[in-house]
Amino acid sequence: MNESLASSQQQPAVGANRPPALLINNIEVIYDHVILVLKGVSLEVPEGGIVALLGANGAGKTTTLKAISNLLRAERGDVTKGSIEFAGERIDRMTPNDLVKRGVIQVMEGRHIFEHLTVEENLLTGAYTRGDGRAEIQKDLDKVYDYFPQLKERRNAQAGYTSGGEQQMCSIGRALMSRPKMILLDEASMGLAPQLVETIFETVKRLNEEEGVAFLLAEQNTNMALKYAKYGYILENGRVVLDGEAEALSRNEDVKEFYLGLSSSGRRNYRETKHYKRRKRWLA
Amino acid sequence: MEILYAFFVAPFVDMASDPIFFSEVVIGGVLTGIMYSLVALGFVLIFKASGVFNFSQGVMVLFAALTLVGLMEHGVPVWLALILTVMVMIALAFAVEWIMLRRLVNQEEIVLFMSTIGLSFVLQGFGETVWGSNVKLLDVGIPNESFEVGGILLNEFDLFAAASGALMVTVLAVFFHYTRMGRALRAVADDHQAALAVGIPLKTIWIMVWSVAGMVGLVAGIMWGAKSGVQFSLSLIALKALPVLILGGFTSVPGAIVGGLIIGVGEKIAEIYWGPLVGGAIENWFAYMLALVFLLFRPQGLFGEKIIERV
Ligand SMILES: Nc1ncnc2c1ncn2[C@@H]1O[C@H](COP(=O)(O)OP(=O)(O)OP(=O)(O)O)[C@@H](O)[C@H]1O
Ligand SMILES: [Mg+2]
Repeated sequence: MNESLASSQQQPAVGANRPPALLINNIEVIYDHVILVLKGVSLEVPEGGIVALLGANGAGKTTTLKAISNLLRAERGDVTKGSIEFAGERIDRMTPNDLVKRGVIQVMEGRHIFEHLTVEENLLTGAYTRGDGRAEIQKDLDKVYDYFPQLKERRNAQAGYTSGGEQQMCSIGRALMSRPKMILLDEASMGLAPQLVETIFETVKRLNEEEGVAFLLAEQNTNMALKYAKYGYILENGRVVLDGEAEALSRNEDVKEFYLGLSSSGRRNYRETKHYKRRKRWLA
Repeated sequence: MEILYAFFVAPFVDMASDPIFFSEVVIGGVLTGIMYSLVALGFVLIFKASGVFNFSQGVMVLFAALTLVGLMEHGVPVWLALILTVMVMIALAFAVEWIMLRRLVNQEEIVLFMSTIGLSFVLQGFGETVWGSNVKLLDVGIPNESFEVGGILLNEFDLFAAASGALMVTVLAVFFHYTRMGRALRAVADDHQAALAVGIPLKTIWIMVWSVAGMVGLVAGIMWGAKSGVQFSLSLIALKALPVLILGGFTSVPGAIVGGLIIGVGEKIAEIYWGPLVGGAIENWFAYMLALVFLLFRPQGLFGEKIIERV
């Protein structure tokens, strides 16, 4: 079964006509020189695409994103094998500053806003790497307020005292201020009410369509992520165990069972689960 | 009864009976306090931006003053010597980033702290090797005449020192609040990971704060050095900055300033009015006692940053 879901080695990802903007080739990541966390992850995100990176706690989603944005170094992590390319250029040895300048920026999980700065100051820090002058920055600030009207109302509030939803908007808005080509969005839905999650994802969709920003969404909220992404990868234990078009993934029985919490054939028994695990190993 | 009177009533009676003398004591305290504030400010900046407790701040004051005096002894005019010293302090910031911080980033805080202890010995040794270890007189040509205003004796030099301290603090406050770099610095102080993620290079910020700390040290060094000569003991004012930090909070710029003033004024008043009762020398330990009281009752200090917690 699931012949349509081949691993990425055998089938090109989304739309073969569009070149991949981000290309990760078989990377291995080690923390503290000893803890092997990613054991050969390959994935690609096309220019202007939305791709979901799914998996349970500790699967390695955040580690993958940090390997791309190179925030890994600050946590004593290191890409020890494989390569990462963006727009045809090797980026695995670049600093986050270089990457932000080239249009790749990460929005970290857990809303890392600058608590003692106002909302607007937070947004302005996102423009740090830009050298195109006040007028242009002001224009983008207005644009962010357009996408997130709530932020405009709270622009002078100290960010630490805004709501969880506002903080999430603030950290996405801050990333937008750098004029990104690709946003690595880590667990945007975490701890937010369903209504808000919807708002955030709708904005992601608009940003993708109107501004052409590509997204790599690391999510535990598989349902939401597959609704908005065109393609998805499922990580388990530092390996990609499954990947495919978002639609196909959300129809896949295993994904339904293990990541969407629903199953058409009732609960499976242990033997079938074991079978699934074996199959996954084979796919990996 | 008499003892209680002597301790709790008489000093205040003294203060009230000679308000002019009292004002002079307070002004003297404010001036000392400004020095403490400047040194404490250097600590706070570095601590905020990199989480490093810079043990060598006091030696930086000495090193800056030594460099200035040394250059002037070699016949360099004051203005040029000042510019050169500022450049030396900036070069020092680059060196510290290059040799220490860059390599020790991600290490335990205690490791960084130890490295600043090492730095303080290196700086002191280096400074004395280059410029000699004898006591030097520093005269940058600030006028030093005394005059009276409403019966209160004032000194031009002291006023000048106070004004430059105040100017320095104002310039820094404006810089931190209204410039791109200042904003970036505050961002790093809040959350260095997130700052990194938006593309703020920590190295640049570190070099900036160490440079600023060096310049603040230079101002303190000039003022203090002109008063009591440039010598090793100059680096000991850093020890007075410690209680200031405890009072003001390690992360608060206004705290460093107000804390410095409180300790400067407090120890002068204590020395003059209570000193005779206990045989003097209160000035040496007053600050530490005050700090201890604060540690017991308000460990985050007067202005220690509120830790924002959301439920
Ligand atoms: N700095 C670190 N040092 C050592 N090990 C780490 C570090 N960060 C993460 N790990 C380990 O790497 C593995 C993957 O973690 P990662 O944060 O990438 O998972 P995740 O898929 O993002 O999980 P979650 O959904 O909980 O965010 C985990 O086992 C974790 O314990
Ligand atoms: Mg994660």
